[in-house]
Amino acid sequence: MRVGPVGYRLGSDWRAPIAAIEALYRDYPKPDFADYTVRLEAEHVWRRWIRPSVRIGGDYRLPEAAPLPLGQGLLAAELGMNLQMALGHRRHLLLHAAVVERDGRAVIMSGISGAGKSTLALLLAQQGWRFLSDEFALIEPDTGLVVPFPRPVSLKNESLSVIPAGSRVGPLLAGTPKGDIRHVAPSVEALAAMDRPAKPVLILFPRFGFPAATRVLPPAESFVRLTQASTNYVALGEAGFRAMVRLRSTVPAIAFDYPDGPSGVAAVEALWAAL
Amino acid sequence: MAEPRYRTVAADLILVEPLDIFTAVFHRPSGITHLLSEPAPQIMEALVPAPLTLAALVQFLTQRFDLDAADAATTLQARLDELEAVGLVDRL
Amino acid sequence: MGRAVTASARLVAMLRDPGNAHALGLSEWMDVVTVARAELLLGTLAHRLDGLAVTAEVRAVLDDARAEASEVRRTALWEANRVAHALAGLGVPVILLKGTAFVAAGLAAGQGRSIGDCDILLPKAVLPAAEAALAEAGWEWVKPDAYDDLYYRRWMHELPPLIHRDRDRMLDVHHTILPPTARPTPDATALIADAVPLGGGLAILSHNDMLIHAAAHLFADGDLSGGLRNLWDIHALVVEGGADGLAQRAAQHGLGFAVDRAMRLSHALYATPVAPRWQRLTIPDRIFRRRMLARDGWGRGRHPLTRLAFYVRSHLIRMPLPLLLRHLWIKWRKGRAAPASG
Repeated sequence: MRVGPVGYRLGSDWRAPIAAIEALYRDYPKPDFADYTVRLEAEHVWRRWIRPSVRIGGDYRLPEAAPLPLGQGLLAAELGMNLQMALGHRRHLLLHAAVVERDGRAVIMSGISGAGKSTLALLLAQQGWRFLSDEFALIEPDTGLVVPFPRPVSLKNESLSVIPAGSRVGPLLAGTPKGDIRHVAPSVEALAAMDRPAKPVLILFPRFGFPAATRVLPPAESFVRLTQASTNYVALGEAGFRAMVRLRSTVPAIAFDYPDGPSGVAAVEALWAAL
Repeated sequence: MAEPRYRTVAADLILVEPLDIFTAVFHRPSGITHLLSEPAPQIMEALVPAPLTLAALVQFLTQRFDLDAADAATTLQARLDELEAVGLVDRL
Repeated sequence: MGRAVTASARLVAMLRDPGNAHALGLSEWMDVVTVARAELLLGTLAHRLDGLAVTAEVRAVLDDARAEASEVRRTALWEANRVAHALAGLGVPVILLKGTAFVAAGLAAGQGRSIGDCDILLPKAVLPAAEAALAEAGWEWVKPDAYDDLYYRRWMHELPPLIHRDRDRMLDVHHTILPPTARPTPDATALIADAVPLGGGLAILSHNDMLIHAAAHLFADGDLSGGLRNLWDIHALVVEGGADGLAQRAAQHGLGFAVDRAMRLSHALYATPVAPRWQRLTIPDRIFRRRMLARDGWGRGRHPLTRLAFYVRSHLIRMPLPLLLRHLWIKWRKGRAAPASG
């Protein structure tokens, strides 16, 4: 399937994970060419049938990655797709971030998992924002634009309740290393617009579960935070430095804490409107 | 042996982005981004017109910045060694 | 030959003759890209195809690979520069090996090449001084383990691997090109005496010694994984610098057998121009070729049995048998003694 500028090919020793992916990615374009290949493999031939466990393989892989039980094959596929980006992708500067857009102006929300960026992105999408990405912000080195990469949103544990009715969802994956997980496909509108980049106007570092507060980040701190949030800054070399300097100097960065989803949405909308 | 002189890396080999509390320097030959805090960027700037010995560098920088002349030689030598190790300064 | 063309074979054909690239369909391209990544040859392929017409999707992947290769080159050259800087006091040039040598000397074999660790060769006599100078400049042992350390020092052709504490790059310091326990014992003194200086305290092996090292590396070091890449090194070196005097030099190092096989395989796979005696594969050569072309379009090795046989073999060739048993025994005991250690 194709997600924004990236084509994937997925192979598996079992049928089930492929079926789950096909269902979740039903509305995505099917390209003739894949940039990256992901393989879900049995650890040994006999482990295809006996206590089957899935090893994540592909063009790029982490040798020490622990295999997952076959029931979590969808998660393995999603992790495999993330790995190809994090380890192999060089065409864009990657930030670990969710991205939403309104009126052609994009907000990049960066943070470690648990900071609530996926939940915020999904809530904002319900308020009329266009969803661009949940996991990676793709910054085009030549233009500084953020390119949509609308993979399904992965929601965990208590965030599962924000899934809007009528969404296309994956199975509930209980007891994964990250707790209970469910994947939510982006809206058909978000997918239809996946080839339309947007200009980043605001970088947010949200933190969920703290009293509401905002703080404009000084240049050095935002530079360091952005390089830490990037999975390929070092690998990109000079192109990475130039893209990062441009992003840092043209887009304001703000750290903001929020106690709950609705106040987070209100804060993002207020910050965006105040620009 | 004559006292060594220090030379800063050629201007076209670095990209410099001053931030607030430090300066980000991208070093082209290595592909490494260095985050330099004072007085490292000032040392590199002082060496742009011509290579200097440590003594000349101390004199130059204490005239322009609020450096304690007594400590300056030790501090600057330590910074010069660091800059040399990462290739931003050469010892001649 | 009447059997399906493997994706590896298609990759090899394209490296050999890039002019046919336009004839490939997108799904075949996908297989070629996957195999090229698995064989660490995508950057090389991208350079071979530079300027040729390919579809936009493929061009994007090849452009990425070229950009990546140029970063790899930059990093490798800088590491060599820092090693030379750290070892300047030794008074001997640092002889670069493998990929770093190719890019430092601007050889065709270095174009687009993937480069992992920095490998260097030094006279055995300077190793203690080199070790001290490297430690002073920020290199540390990767594995602080007494047995592994002793094992490397007594039986291997290199110091235990080092890593630089700030740059996170691995450095392998060799004093010859094969372990002293391996049956062929290359003439390390001649390797060093005939090295070619590059300036900046760096040097590379002579052309023929680079070829011989590449051949020794292909069969003696590792389990033939990455074989297509290592063989491409040989091909590119021969195309650029010929093979005059190669056989005699290989005989001097006791590596005539490895060089003969490497030249035959290079000719068979990449159509390398070689003397007539290297233009026919032997029966065992064909097994090597089969192994090298084993990957399918998904990047998987397709003959697990052949591969296991090769793994055992690669261990045998590095160490005489009693020594191998001793090594495995100590490893095994260590494994038992400390089951929880990572």
